[in-house]
Amino acid sequence: MTVPQKTKPSDLARTALHDWHVAHGGRMVDFGGWSMPMQYSTILQEHQTTRTAVGLFDVSHMGRLHFHGPDVGRFLDSLLTRRVVDMHAGQIRYSLICNQQGGILDDVLVYRLETPGSQATPHSSSTPRSPDPSFQMVVNASNRTKILDWLTRQKADYDVQFHDVTHATTMIAVQGPLAISLVDPLLDCDLPALRYYRGKRTRFAQWSCYVSRTGYTGEDGCELIVAATDGPPVWESILRHGAERATGKGGIAAPIGLAARDTLRLEAAMPLYGHELTEQTNPIQAGLGFALNLQNRQFVGHEALMNFQAENHQPLRIGLQLDGKRVPREGYTILHAGQPVGEVTSGTYSPTFERPIAMGYVKQSAGAPGTTLQIDIRGKLHRAVVVPLPFYQRGLLSARKSLGNRHP
Amino acid sequence: MNQDDLLFAKTHEWVAITTEDEGRFATLGLSAFAVEELSDLVFIELPEVGRQVKAEEPFCEVESVKAVSDLYAPVSGEVVAVNDTLPDALETLKEDPYGAGWIAKIRITDDAGLTHLMDYKTYQRQCEEEG
Repeated sequence: MTVPQKTKPSDLARTALHDWHVAHGGRMVDFGGWSMPMQYSTILQEHQTTRTAVGLFDVSHMGRLHFHGPDVGRFLDSLLTRRVVDMHAGQIRYSLICNQQGGILDDVLVYRLETPGSQATPHSSSTPRSPDPSFQMVVNASNRTKILDWLTRQKADYDVQFHDVTHATTMIAVQGPLAISLVDPLLDCDLPALRYYRGKRTRFAQWSCYVSRTGYTGEDGCELIVAATDGPPVWESILRHGAERATGKGGIAAPIGLAARDTLRLEAAMPLYGHELTEQTNPIQAGLGFALNLQNRQFVGHEALMNFQAENHQPLRIGLQLDGKRVPREGYTILHAGQPVGEVTSGTYSPTFERPIAMGYVKQSAGAPGTTLQIDIRGKLHRAVVVPLPFYQRGLLSARKSLGNRHP
Repeated sequence: MNQDDLLFAKTHEWVAITTEDEGRFATLGLSAFAVEELSDLVFIELPEVGRQVKAEEPFCEVESVKAVSDLYAPVSGEVVAVNDTLPDALETLKEDPYGAGWIAKIRITDDAGLTHLMDYKTYQRQCEEEG
């Protein structure tokens, strides 16, 4: 066999938690130019910890950009597929940034931050808009430089400032059915009352912290952004409290690497940039229509997206489920009645369903749920059935089986 | 088997050479280091008995959660036996890589491949560099 290349740490960016990962057995790999942990224990174990208890993810490699200035709302609206100028402080929206051709440059989260001095609440819609609102955008690690360049080029005459706070901050995702109850007592706010896709500034012990009800695993949970130097103590504090809430052997929380992050997001059918999303795919075929506001708007890519919507015959993103144990991987050909109809963009062995699953793009005629397709797995055709996405939705599975520690 | 008595390929397969009445045989498997690196194995496709394999060419596939990997034949010859219990007990590869975790037995038809193999000490140095 061939062993995957390990990172040459010197060439790569490091998060504030890098030394912690190394000291705790993290297998470090190059991810988007960052030295990040692939796994600490086994992928199956880390996956199940997140599905049944609490997983802690260092997501500091994600790009964090801050925006302010009088034109900030109008500027962002000129670039984002979703309207953000009407957002209230504390709201968070998933959106896309497209090029002129409607191809996806990145998928991002946009946060309308509380403006210092103004105490606008999400419910007081009559509050006069602050003269200088501020926003945060979280972008993919691999796209950070590209998006910063894009923003600079598109800035034109807008009176707006933006800066990159990625290296100045640590971002930690706490995910799993017990995540909220674990973190809530540690925060100076009522976390269970914070709704999905809402965020607020608060304190974690003595440290200033921005908490949001967001994540990328299909589980309930939150994400914390603190100053880079506060990252390690906050991380360790959560793990310590997880250890104190022991269930039998060991605590309820464990650190989770990128490998399980990938299997978790794949089961939840969340697209990943560079795989399901590229500059050659548009949001409509990717099934991200909910992240488009096309009516009465102008933004980069708007016209192209209107056209795609009018004559929608692009290949579609679909989910596939297979029997057996052979796993379809990125780039494998998908066939329908012997004819190639598309390609796999992500595939894995699903720890939850104990079978291979995949996402890919196929011709629309082959994409209806229930259709039987074939995947060419290293020269052999394997039967695959189109299934509705997502594969995994929290709450729906618990009745079927409880995920014990059944794996080696 | 004791790892010090085995030979290793640079692609992480181990070999135990035995001389029997019918000729020379190579029992082979995957090193403990490789099993650890692969992590989360879900499937192994064993070669068919009777198949002719060539040194340094793929003869077997292992699927993990993260990736599929080829195993390379450390010697040239004919597959005379495979460990049929492995596909349903992949944990054996980890628990006993140099014993119960054996993968296949090959009747050696050509000694050429043998010169590429190294002893355990040399192999360990390679692992330290890769790890």
